[in-house]
Amino acid sequence: MNDKHLLSAYSHIRTFAIRLLPLVFLSLFFFYPLLAIFRLSLAPQGSLDLTALSKLVSTTYYARTLWFTTWQAAVSTLLTVVLAMPAAYVFARYRFPGKGLLQALTTIPFVMPTIVVAAAFNALLGPRSRLNLALMALFGLQRPLINLQHTLWIILLAHVFYNYTVVLRIVGGFWANLNPRLEEAARVLGANRWRVFWQVTLPLLAPALVAAALLVFIFCFTSFGVVLILGGPRFATLEVEIYRQTVHLFNLPLAATLSLAQVTLTLAMTSVYTRLQARTARPLHLRPQQTTQRRPTRWRDRALVGGNVVFMVVLLLTPLLALAERSLWTGRGYALTNYSELFINRRGSVFFVPPVEAVRNSLTFAALTVVLALALGVIGAYLLAERGSRLSRWLDPVFMLPLGTSAVTLGFGYIIALDRPPLNLRTSPLLIPLAHTLVAFPFVVRAVLPVLRGIHPHLRESASVLGASPARVWREIDLPIVGRALLVGAVFAFTISMGEFGATSLIARPQMPTMPVAIYRFLGQPGALNYGQALAMSTLLMLVCAVGFLGIERFRYGEVGEF
Amino acid sequence: MPILEICHLTKSYGDERFPDDISFAVDEGEIVCLLGPSGCGKTTLLRIIAGLETADAGQVRFDGRDVRDVPVHRRNFGLMFQDYALFPHKNVFENVAFGLRMMHLPRTEVEARVREVLALVGLSGFEERDVNALSGGEQQRVALARSLAPRPRLLMLDEPLGSLDRTLRERLMNELRTILKGVGVTAVYVTHDQEEAFAVADRVVIMNHGRKVQEGTPQDVYQHPATEFVARFLGLTNLLPGKVVGVDEGHVEVETEIGRLEVGDWKLEVGDWKLGVEATVLIRPEAAGLAAECPSAGDNAIAGTLVERSFRGGYYRLVIRHASGLHLSFTLQAAGEVLPPPGASILLPLRSEAISLLTPDTQD
Repeated sequence: MNDKHLLSAYSHIRTFAIRLLPLVFLSLFFFYPLLAIFRLSLAPQGSLDLTALSKLVSTTYYARTLWFTTWQAAVSTLLTVVLAMPAAYVFARYRFPGKGLLQALTTIPFVMPTIVVAAAFNALLGPRSRLNLALMALFGLQRPLINLQHTLWIILLAHVFYNYTVVLRIVGGFWANLNPRLEEAARVLGANRWRVFWQVTLPLLAPALVAAALLVFIFCFTSFGVVLILGGPRFATLEVEIYRQTVHLFNLPLAATLSLAQVTLTLAMTSVYTRLQARTARPLHLRPQQTTQRRPTRWRDRALVGGNVVFMVVLLLTPLLALAERSLWTGRGYALTNYSELFINRRGSVFFVPPVEAVRNSLTFAALTVVLALALGVIGAYLLAERGSRLSRWLDPVFMLPLGTSAVTLGFGYIIALDRPPLNLRTSPLLIPLAHTLVAFPFVVRAVLPVLRGIHPHLRESASVLGASPARVWREIDLPIVGRALLVGAVFAFTISMGEFGATSLIARPQMPTMPVAIYRFLGQPGALNYGQALAMSTLLMLVCAVGFLGIERFRYGEVGEF
Repeated sequence: MPILEICHLTKSYGDERFPDDISFAVDEGEIVCLLGPSGCGKTTLLRIIAGLETADAGQVRFDGRDVRDVPVHRRNFGLMFQDYALFPHKNVFENVAFGLRMMHLPRTEVEARVREVLALVGLSGFEERDVNALSGGEQQRVALARSLAPRPRLLMLDEPLGSLDRTLRERLMNELRTILKGVGVTAVYVTHDQEEAFAVADRVVIMNHGRKVQEGTPQDVYQHPATEFVARFLGLTNLLPGKVVGVDEGHVEVETEIGRLEVGDWKLEVGDWKLGVEATVLIRPEAAGLAAECPSAGDNAIAGTLVERSFRGGYYRLVIRHASGLHLSFTLQAAGEVLPPPGASILLPLRSEAISLLTPDTQD
């Protein structure tokens, strides 16, 4: 009897400890570094010192950085929404051959690491791109005709490229389920197409539209790789400025203050976003898509569909194709030279790490990230899925916090918090997968949670009544149902880790670079071979992410895993 | 002079045509019901009339003019959808006012008209309510008010009671006719429910597989279904094959499994039937009566075993099994007589006026 009590007490403690894991992890690797940033910013010497903060306000430079960060994000968002809305309509209301494939392809840019996107635009429009070389040859020019390198235009273009699919998916998905009878009812009641759009469609789409726009805005606001590489030294978002202050100027208190400002702003925006998401739950009597879609039969419909498809392919695929094409170009013809070079340590220097080493590092870190993020994410999802628990309502936004925190800030927090006792991990290679896990964790939770919530309690209850032990119930009921969602979560974690650049660029040890870090180094060094190797490695990374992503699409469980 | 004329409307979906060469006309102020099983092309027909879809062939003429080139929003027709399609982002007032605002009416006029139609459908005081919080019946009334508000020249209703429960439906179908007749609007009403059609319509058009099978007043159609399909669709199940064995002025005699029957349907065209012709005999459930004295078997009567007997308030429902294995059901006015218990033999005389001859269906 006593033994039994002990046993049950022990199992309670064990359950409790397991449930605590995600919280412990977040405390150690999210809140603690964040707190360190606070401390460094507001009290670098131990007592309250507002020099850094006042510097932020006293010079106009940082105000201008904030202003630039904000308005470029706003313009990028506006452009993305305007350009993606017609495609969202086309995807929502028409059925046409190749649509599924196209939808999967349009999402590839979103999962591309920023560094790949930067390299891709470089390959498409840069001074050494085929387009520019052809134009130079055609007009006998000495300098490239299209010179978007280090201009605002290429930043905006890359942001549109990146976030186009966010608007397409969120707005298009919502639109597809919107009952077309509502629009028809308005037309029968005497509204012309224009008024139908403004009076009925737009107000109904508003929650999805605003949510998508806000998400795009947050992404552009915290844009790092695109601005750093494509924008060049003339442009800096807060994120880039934090990186420069840390790595180049070593002004940690100022970097901390900028991070603080950044965290406050993004968290404010994220909380608005989650609130909007909740409000989207207007009873719309959403329709299954099959009933709302038709084939484009009239020439006007066909032109609309065709035009948007062409636009999507040009905007979203040509940079990636150009990247692959340039990576194979040796100057005289097509060959795998750039790829074979990756395996050779040409300089024989001790500090130089052969590129293939970076591939190995990336894969190792990604594997670790998958394991960690899945374990923590599944526990986290179970915590949230408990019905009617007050804890879950409180935990949900907490679990989403890392999404709203920029990667550079995170990396910066690791540098200042985890490099001394009680938690000295500065030299540990574990730091990178830990940071990646933090970024991937919310995605895993989001992928698993809806499925878990969808398991009807009667399923588990009838399994128990039929004689299954709790462990058996989990294996027989939960696991098969959640399995696909787990797979989606795993692929998310994998691609995120493979492509993560912001945090990694700050915390990666010089002798242990990841693929994005190596690409960045190659891009920063002169010479055609370096450039070629950067493109080759970017292409490899692109392929890894594309394959991973197509895997997600294949295993996606319903609409699970959408942001 | 009909106000709405549907002339040979056809729309193809792959190999199938729904509707297929449909023609009918509606007079001003008349309520015409399109009645038929689901998927027979009724809704598509409505959508073509509304201008939401285009026909492959045929014409919709309104007030003497082809409306093909009039866009949906200029037709000034009303259409009430089966799922009501109330705008979820607008309250009751804004929903009902929508069509009026499209007409650019002054605000005071809009308000007055909204109040008026809401009163008409019995929803006075509901102006500020959220449409999502209304019950099914209330949503149905708001949808009706919204389509009536701009005083449409033609009102179309697509299964307007389809998603309501039975009791609500029965109450509302009578009310609906009162409202539509009160307003005097010309209406085309689509339903698959025979009872609903009969309660609401002045005239019904019965459709099957995209084609028109019969057209007439409810009484006409019920008492003289044109085909076996119509009879079955109207719930008339006492159908049996027969052969004409006697024709003389005023009535026709047919030989059937249950014996020789005399057909005395008032619409019967005796000249249409010739000796030896195969036909389907319909015995309406109300054909049976209790005889004061026992009729002799084979003399316009049915003899068999009483299989089922249930009391339905005003009448009894009986199911009788004939010796041939055929089951026939009848309704019998409950006048206090004691019926034999199930299992007993029974012999009921049949009134010849309630027996009709139908053309057998070729396609079923």
